Amino acid sequence: MRRASALAPRGFLSWAVVLVIGAVFAVPIIAMIEFTLRDPAGGHSLVHWGALFNPANTAEFGQIWIGVGNSAQLALVTVAIVLVLLAPTMVLVHLRFPRLRRVLEFLCLLPISIPAIVLVVGFAPIYLVIGRAIGTGIWPLGFAYGITVLPYAYRAIQANLGGIEARVLAEAARSLGASSRQILTRVLLPNLRQGLLSASLISLAVVLGEYTIASLLNRQNLQTALVVVNKQDPYLSIILTLLTLLFGFLLLALIDGVSGGRRSRRTKGRS
Amino acid sequence: MTHALPADAPAPKTPTSSRAGRSRSSGARLGAIFGIVPFTAYLLLFLAIPTVISLFSGLFDGHGRFTPANLTALWDPTVLGAFWASIWLSAVTAAIGVLVGFLLCYALLGFRPGGVVRTIVDAASSMLAQFGGVMLAFAVIATIGLQGFITLWLKGAFHLDLFASGPWLYGMPGLVIAYVYFQVPLMVITFLPALTALRAEWMEATLTLGGTRGVFWRRVGVPLLAPSLLASFLLLFANAFSAYATAAALASQGAPIVPLQIRTALTSETMLGRQGMAGVLALGMIIVMAIVMTTYALVSRKAARWQA
Repeated sequence: MRRASALAPRGFLSWAVVLVIGAVFAVPIIAMIEFTLRDPAGGHSLVHWGALFNPANTAEFGQIWIGVGNSAQLALVTVAIVLVLLAPTMVLVHLRFPRLRRVLEFLCLLPISIPAIVLVVGFAPIYLVIGRAIGTGIWPLGFAYGITVLPYAYRAIQANLGGIEARVLAEAARSLGASSRQILTRVLLPNLRQGLLSASLISLAVVLGEYTIASLLNRQNLQTALVVVNKQDPYLSIILTLLTLLFGFLLLALIDGVSGGRRSRRTKGRS
Repeated sequence: MTHALPADAPAPKTPTSSRAGRSRSSGARLGAIFGIVPFTAYLLLFLAIPTVISLFSGLFDGHGRFTPANLTALWDPTVLGAFWASIWLSAVTAAIGVLVGFLLCYALLGFRPGGVVRTIVDAASSMLAQFGGVMLAFAVIATIGLQGFITLWLKGAFHLDLFASGPWLYGMPGLVIAYVYFQVPLMVITFLPALTALRAEWMEATLTLGGTRGVFWRRVGVPLLAPSLLASFLLLFANAFSAYATAAALASQGAPIVPLQIRTALTSETMLGRQGMAGVLALGMIIVMAIVMTTYALVSRKAARWQA
């Protein structure tokens, strides 16, 4: 294995910097844990964590469960947009319209430059129309979320698509007599599954953390529910924040595992 | 590559008639064009139209007539003040983020790539850069809020009152502290690849040619990294400038920055004379973002030149 770079600072200096900055970033997490352990009677105990299982809190949990359910629906719609609309279009443009590649990239990365709070101003009249036409259900909001996850999903899929020589695969499949649909479903999509999986997971992570659009369009999701609960029972909201963070951490570790697995297999194949 | 072809596969039968081939391929081309229609329609409905609405809704009145009256609202002292506060907040937190993030990246060079320390910092960075928003505001309040962990500790151990000079946490100073928590991780994510692309051999070459470590950084390292540093600063600036959720949860009253002014305008849209205000503020934000992101694109192209 390669040793640390010759550019690096002295060993103890590296450790000092990492430990100090690490401590500064660990403090809020520790503070949140300590906060949830405070006993109203003084000292520390698990009483607030115990309240998680207390049926008397159903009113607050009702909020949370609605939020979690809505966020799950939104995640489903958003992931569906990524898999059904974005991914096939990317493959198609890659194979058949190479000249449009730059245009597609520009459009997909554009939402980075448009703040969510600005998009909300444009979404508001659109969702007024949607609300009148098909009701104020939560799932149409997924169309808006599809736009906000576009840059992340695009990058995840593009990293995979650029690495598999899709054109060669498609030509080979066609010369063996495969139809266009077979090329897409039996050859290209299986080769893209890691990119599609990490695009889906990152979309899930973004949707679970989204607050701006939902709150200003008066829809309930996990984050808006956290804010409501925070006003009634700050302990409960911090416990739920810790749990959400834990879930998010596992999700991102999974994303890392998915893309890391691809990387290590590729290097192994080379050696 | 997972798809290996068997070596002795029979020669595929392809349509030999050129006319049949041509008509099939033009039919396929038509099919391919239809293939990109759904996504194009989606982008049109949910990206193009909302962007156009937020760009221009401030410029037209309720009857669809062009009215520059709202534009003059941009010169209103509170609005100007909010833009100034937003730009100041973004610049200050981006500067802190670049500085602290650079130090952290530099320190990480001392650890083996793929080792435990790098993996932990990598994972924590992508986690914290992604999960800002409401939960970050809660974390800050639990740490240095009125009943926060650090607040109580300082009071108990040193009789120090963090809030002797008023509830600053819910104004700009609180926002600076909160934003740093997502700016530093974003800096690590964007800048570490540039720093690791700096080759140790160049340092050795400098030393062999009679230079010192100081000469290397002054004449080679910093000039090479300067575009990446500037690009990271611009990205962090844009990140803070467009952030909303943390500020909304932390500063629940008042509207010191532009995104919060948009909230006020949106929730009081029915108020007379305020119609279109959200649109004008959004237009102002888009102008600032366009300048920052265009510069970012130009600078990062320059930065990418030497990283192969």
